[in-house]
Amino acid sequence: MKLIRDVFQDFKKNKVILFMLIPAVLYYFIFMYVPMAGIVIAFKRLDYAAGIFGSDWVGFDNFKFFFMSGQAFNVTKNTFLYNLVFIVVNTSLQITVSIFLSEMRNKYVKKTTQTLMLMPYFISWVVVGAFIYNIFNYEFGALNTVLKSLGLESVDVMGTVGAWKYILVFFNAWNGVGYGSIVYMAAITGIDKELYEASELDGANIFQQIWRITIPSIKPTIIIMILLNVGSIFRGNFSMFYQIIGNNGLLFNSTDVIDTFVFRSLMKTQEVGMASAAGLYQSVLCFAIIMITNGIIKRVDSEYALF
Amino acid sequence: MRIKRGKEQLVFNLISYTTVIIFTLLCVIPFLLVISGSFTDEGSIHVDGYRFIPKKFSLNAYRVAFAMPTNIIRAYGVTGTVTVVGTLVGLFIICMTAYALQRPQFKYRNAFALYFYFTTLFSGGLVPWYILMVRYLHLKNNYLALLFPAMLTVFDIIIMRSFMKSIPEALAESAKIDGAGEFRIFAQIFLPLSKPALATVGLFIALRYWNDWYASMLFITQKEKYSLQFYLYSMLTQMEFAANDAKSAGIVMEQYPAESFKLAMTIVATGPILLLYPFVQKYFIQGMTVGAVKG
Repeated sequence: MKLIRDVFQDFKKNKVILFMLIPAVLYYFIFMYVPMAGIVIAFKRLDYAAGIFGSDWVGFDNFKFFFMSGQAFNVTKNTFLYNLVFIVVNTSLQITVSIFLSEMRNKYVKKTTQTLMLMPYFISWVVVGAFIYNIFNYEFGALNTVLKSLGLESVDVMGTVGAWKYILVFFNAWNGVGYGSIVYMAAITGIDKELYEASELDGANIFQQIWRITIPSIKPTIIIMILLNVGSIFRGNFSMFYQIIGNNGLLFNSTDVIDTFVFRSLMKTQEVGMASAAGLYQSVLCFAIIMITNGIIKRVDSEYALF
Repeated sequence: MRIKRGKEQLVFNLISYTTVIIFTLLCVIPFLLVISGSFTDEGSIHVDGYRFIPKKFSLNAYRVAFAMPTNIIRAYGVTGTVTVVGTLVGLFIICMTAYALQRPQFKYRNAFALYFYFTTLFSGGLVPWYILMVRYLHLKNNYLALLFPAMLTVFDIIIMRSFMKSIPEALAESAKIDGAGEFRIFAQIFLPLSKPALATVGLFIALRYWNDWYASMLFITQKEKYSLQFYLYSMLTQMEFAANDAKSAGIVMEQYPAESFKLAMTIVATGPILLLYPFVQKYFIQGMTVGAVKG
């Protein structure tokens, strides 16, 4: 009772503040919390005429179907492995670029390159799709133009299943290098300059400084950023995969992630039950992995813990 | 004091400048190829392929693009309106929320913060959300379906809140003594002082709207309501889509430059971002530096 009175008192005192919260609270209630109730669809055979709550329960049939089809394993594996490679490649490139940029003495080059490297982040994945067509198109793509002018054979990249994993990794890095390096550069700016001066007096060269001062100093940031990314390792970048791979069925086996699979099951093949089972499976995976990584972050440095 | 720098520094500079410049080139090359391709004569593309410098310069693709303006202007109008309205409304809601979540005298602010934050940990997934939007809110082919999804994110609220937290509480205290209410403190003290964060978060939101094609793909089936990026996507992926538009604009099919036209459309759809980019990117970097290190 006391608690309720307490809450009521606090609310009364802060009427205006509560009022200011209403729009966002409503927004999240309608678009986030209400759909959470919709996870029951995963356990039903959805019949639109009867409505979600009038549809028949089918227990775990949707999940059974999803797992028996072999799709569950494949898309989970793809999502996990792609994200793993993305994290490794992007993190190392971002750290490299941020160190190089912060060591640059030439202000003009530094500014220009940073600006241009950030540009891909501002572009929609639709446009990236156009870029890829422009570069890899067999008949008149820029890549083959270059190869031909060098007297080499044209390559059919679009039709080579094995090439796409590299293209995905490349464009993911392309999109994220400038953006990600901002965070690391901020961390490097925060390092005490005296450390470098002292080490210089002791005769350390630039490589030793980077290895012994810069990297150890930004290690907490690196660990946190990696763990944050690991937290979403089961979340595929739908926009990127969809725009780069599109509806190219040849590539589904090697490039289908959970998000594209759910989308296709819902919109193209109309397997709503399986789509929502796969969606719920993904939500649970994500939740579990966030809890685990947050636990680890807490032990590394509780200040950076998400909650 | 400058100590003489040894051979290592030279080697390092060589490596770092080369690497950074190569990365920069890789970032820029796709843009250059598309720009160059859009200015290339269609026949030349078929013979010589896409190259960095057009072998045969032509404005034909743009001429066609601007000869059929209604669809493009409409798509621009849809995206422009949604971007402006969504960014203003979203920004206002985010600011109010962020302000409320950092008021020290509001005891249950953390409970509310958790209410928002929890949605990033667990969600119902695409299917229930889609069914809610289409079957219950009846937003299919409704512009609101383009407006709602990108309006606010928890990340925006967090950035805004950490910025507002850095504004001295004493300002609010003294205003309160002078008789200002909470909303007035918010609107006349906190908002003006939050300009850098407003710029960054506003940019985040505007970018989400401008680049959005997903909401159109999910909820819009009427061509005249497509957002710009989805219009471009349809044009890039369906041959007939653009050709039909060209035909209805009275362009003779033999003169229709299919390849260069795609690229010209890409430039037309991306142009505003590329033009604004140099002016806004510094706010972006500032905001990322303030907000992202510690959310």
